[in-house]
Amino acid sequence: MIQSKQTEILVGLFVAAGLAALFMLAMKVSNLGDFIDEEGYQVTASFQNIGGLKPRSPVSMAGVQVGRVANIKLDPETYDAVVTLNIYPEYDNIPLDTSASIFTAGLLGEQYIGLQAGADDFYLADGDEITLTQPAVVLEQIIGQFLYSKAEGE
Amino acid sequence: MIDFIRMLGRWALGTLERLGRATLLLVQIITGIPELMMRFSLVVQQLFYVGVLSILIIVVSGLFVGMVLGLQGYNTLVDFGAEESLGVLVSLSLVRELGPVVSALLFAGRAGSALTAEVGLMKSTEQLSGMEMMAVDPVRRVIAPRFLAGLISMPLLAAMFSAVGILGAFLVGHGLLGVDEGAFWSQMQAKTDWYDDILNGVIKSIVFGFVVTWIALFEGYDSVPTSEGVGRSTTRTVVHSAFAILGLDFVLTALMFGE
Repeated sequence: MIQSKQTEILVGLFVAAGLAALFMLAMKVSNLGDFIDEEGYQVTASFQNIGGLKPRSPVSMAGVQVGRVANIKLDPETYDAVVTLNIYPEYDNIPLDTSASIFTAGLLGEQYIGLQAGADDFYLADGDEITLTQPAVVLEQIIGQFLYSKAEGE
Repeated sequence: MIDFIRMLGRWALGTLERLGRATLLLVQIITGIPELMMRFSLVVQQLFYVGVLSILIIVVSGLFVGMVLGLQGYNTLVDFGAEESLGVLVSLSLVRELGPVVSALLFAGRAGSALTAEVGLMKSTEQLSGMEMMAVDPVRRVIAPRFLAGLISMPLLAAMFSAVGILGAFLVGHGLLGVDEGAFWSQMQAKTDWYDDILNGVIKSIVFGFVVTWIALFEGYDSVPTSEGVGRSTTRTVVHSAFAILGLDFVLTALMFGE
């Protein structure tokens, strides 16, 4: 009987270790951790072009991450991309006239939304819209424009 | 010529017959599982032999595979000045591919062969027919608990393999090669997805556990009851499991990550 008790304890440890490994993978390796405690308030912003922005891309202000992209939709009337941003609750004093632009981290890195604080006395709240936006810089377009202006200059 | 065709025909019929017997065994096992829930201690005992005793080889191999990945990945990435991406490289290759596949291969060698030998020897020493004489169904009493134990252990072992491998890569990358700690983890978290990467890896390892344990138990149950026959079945278990794992891995990868 003692033998079987020992076996049971070891099996219990085994199962616990396996689940712990899975938990570690979930929390430490994947981004499930910050997917769960997705608290905060949501604001929208429409962009002409969002380039390679994806849901859960970071939203940062002065380089500090203040939120994540919650979802991306296409406005059926204006054909703009409507991006919903989830801003963490501790950053509740972002001015109303803040502008949003889409940047690329590094030359080939992933894209993120950068916010530049405005000077308004009122702060963004849940459901508000950021009206001052700047579309993503698409590398191909810049190269195209450059080649075009080159050709024109000659 | 006729002889050759006849040989081919016999081989095809033999293979089909074995496949049919294997499927019948599987059906018998699965119908036995609900009943097994009442006597879970049988499964716990097998979990010990199949799972707990495999931990050592899985953890040690995982650690070394992760460390090698860290070293090799660093050497390639440093040329592009992208050594911070080491975490992504290691986590994606471990979680998607190496974790499930290598741990399943090790599992087939460590636990699958043992299962075949054990069941085969039970058959050759007529313990299985002895049970039948006592009106105990050997499939429900002997085979089904082992099957369930293999099915449960495999995903847990694969998760341990991946987790330990990532820790090993971190040890080499951060401790030995000086990759920045924050970048290592944050890039990994940004690029590794819970559903697309980790959960698909877990599904893969469940499928592999299913197939490996099924092959091992069938080979044992179907072995020729002599010492030579048991030996041959054990070899076949390892070889067939390896084929099944690698072939299924391709199919599963194409289904999950192809598009």
